[in-house]
Amino acid sequence: MPRTPIQLTDKIDYLSILDEHNKVDTSLEPKLSRQDLETLYRYMLYGRRLDERMLILQRQGRLSTFAQCTGHEAISLGVAFAIEKSDWFIPYYRELAGMLYRGWPPEKFLLYWNGYEEGASVPENINDLPFCVPISSQLLHAVGIGMAINIKDDKKVVCVFFGDGAASEGDCHEAMNFASVFNAPVIFICVNNQYAISVPLSKQMKAQTIAQRAIAYGMPGIRVDGNDILAVYSSVKEAVSRARDGRGPTLIEAVTYRLTPHTTADDPKRYRSEEEVSIWQKRDPLVRFKQYLYDNKILSKSIEEELEEDIATIIKESVENEEAIIKKPEINDPLHMFDYVYSEIPPCIQRQKEELAQYLDYKKNPRKRGES
Amino acid sequence: MPEMNMAKAINLALHEAMELDERVIVMGEDVGRDDGVFRITEGLVAKFGEKRVLDTPLAESGIIGTAIGIAIYGLKPVCEIQFAGFDYYGYQQMESHAARFRNRTRGRITVPLVMRAPYGGGIRAPEHHSESKEAIYAHTPGLKLIIPSGPRNARALLLSAIADPNPVIYYEPKAIYRLFKEEVPSERETLPLGQAQVIRQGKDITLISYGASLQAVIGAAERLEEESIDCEIIDLLTLSPLDTDTIITSVKKTGRAVIIHEGPRTCGMAGEIIAQINDHALLYLEGPVKRVTGYDVPFPYFSKEQYYLPDPDKVVMACYSVLDSDGGN
Repeated sequence: MPRTPIQLTDKIDYLSILDEHNKVDTSLEPKLSRQDLETLYRYMLYGRRLDERMLILQRQGRLSTFAQCTGHEAISLGVAFAIEKSDWFIPYYRELAGMLYRGWPPEKFLLYWNGYEEGASVPENINDLPFCVPISSQLLHAVGIGMAINIKDDKKVVCVFFGDGAASEGDCHEAMNFASVFNAPVIFICVNNQYAISVPLSKQMKAQTIAQRAIAYGMPGIRVDGNDILAVYSSVKEAVSRARDGRGPTLIEAVTYRLTPHTTADDPKRYRSEEEVSIWQKRDPLVRFKQYLYDNKILSKSIEEELEEDIATIIKESVENEEAIIKKPEINDPLHMFDYVYSEIPPCIQRQKEELAQYLDYKKNPRKRGES
Repeated sequence: MPEMNMAKAINLALHEAMELDERVIVMGEDVGRDDGVFRITEGLVAKFGEKRVLDTPLAESGIIGTAIGIAIYGLKPVCEIQFAGFDYYGYQQMESHAARFRNRTRGRITVPLVMRAPYGGGIRAPEHHSESKEAIYAHTPGLKLIIPSGPRNARALLLSAIADPNPVIYYEPKAIYRLFKEEVPSERETLPLGQAQVIRQGKDITLISYGASLQAVIGAAERLEEESIDCEIIDLLTLSPLDTDTIITSVKKTGRAVIIHEGPRTCGMAGEIIAQINDHALLYLEGPVKRVTGYDVPFPYFSKEQYYLPDPDKVVMACYSVLDSDGGN
């Protein structure tokens, strides 16, 4: 028989536990304690409120262009909650809620989007990488970390995020292939928010799902409702247990929608309808999870108000902190731009540092030729 | 002191580095079972096993990108890119990440990796196998760029590169892999990165070069000596960060300079060196500074490569031109 069908044994599931009408599949519901659920809500809300506050700051000219995260909270937080602190969490740049849960101080995001490298300086006690702007390249770093975990016989896992646009990059393919070949403990989380700036998913690919690529790489793949934090959490938990057990990588496609512009500099009215946006606003992960908590008598009006107040205070203080930090002369000293390029400043860069120092001196004390 | 060629000396350094530090990982295409297409990784997988010597899929961005992650985790990857003409795929990872992590995290995350790649022409290789684009890396802040010129310095510099806390590009001039042998000390030897060497003292003209082109320079200096022209030769060894002090000291002494490399001329290393001489030694010059470089054309296919590469005749002609100049021509 010269031509026979090859049996591809893998299948791709779609997982939804808490749907947009707040129906719950109790057979799939993860076992989370009251405290767990409260914590999840707290950080979802915290991420949402900080994102909203940042938008106001941006409109007031107190923050520069930034990438909003509203609507993506269930994904980054669902992932962060399913791993240990000692595991690795590698964002692209819409993982605000998850990173807050990981322990990033809110000031870091304000500093970062205000143009300070200090915002990308990962806090000492956290195994995370900072935001990655070039698209998809962070996936290879995650796989390298996973390979190193295997080389050292450690038991950690790596979670790495990327968008639907990033799935078109060559590095995405290379990363999944390397992870599979080296059996790296990496969980790839595709945040499929259906737009890469203006380009819709239908122009990124013709395939039905991103998750199905897992079959080609010989790893498990699953598509989940990315606005359902219970589904995200459960799928990651499953993938983490496989990875920790030496059974390699997993691809999770979390389907959501970018409720916001791409960044504060983008105008989505140019490429999508308000009707479309309003359909997805009804699927808001925060609203859905809140209702779930009310339905389960975990949240009450008074707890909610208390939380809101608490978060508002934290955010207010962090804005005050950040605005005090960026008024300090030390962090604004341009001569520091030379200090971290290499482990030590080479002579040729030292000369350039001196050149800038002379320029700064001239700016302070302008003088004619020959005057000192 | 055993005699060996440069290929063997680089191999020796890899063995030594892996013995010395168990964090050192060698990775790349065909570096395991095949011992590398130039046999530079000979014996490594047999001695250190597949956990530390990784045959990777055929993907340069994948190699550099995962090496970045491996380095961030605390290991020391030494990656081989099979030919420099293919490292453009990995350049994005080098420029956007390896070179920047330290700076953009204010020193919190560092990437101590080494990327080795055979580069340059002269071996009648297929298309895309003879490129000399080292200037791209010298133009990338955050990277160090090393080019050895013989067995002894190749071994010493590679050991230093692997021990260095910064990302290092280590370009191997493949035309001289097996061209000559040299005594290499039995005991481990390192050389500081960022330091050029004066390999021949002279008073009339300074010849500045690196890698395989030094062979042309040495040949030219011997011929000029017959005409009583006394050449000083500088072997840069580190192209970034550049050791301008050694260059300037020499040019101030001789008052004349020619820079020789096989990479294309425009925005090549010679242009930067001339600018440094202009900044720091212009008034010491007795004539214009000349450069002998590859031309601004894609590397010619090998039937014509001898016309493209620097050779002793081109260097001698350039020296005549500097020496005969009245300073204004």
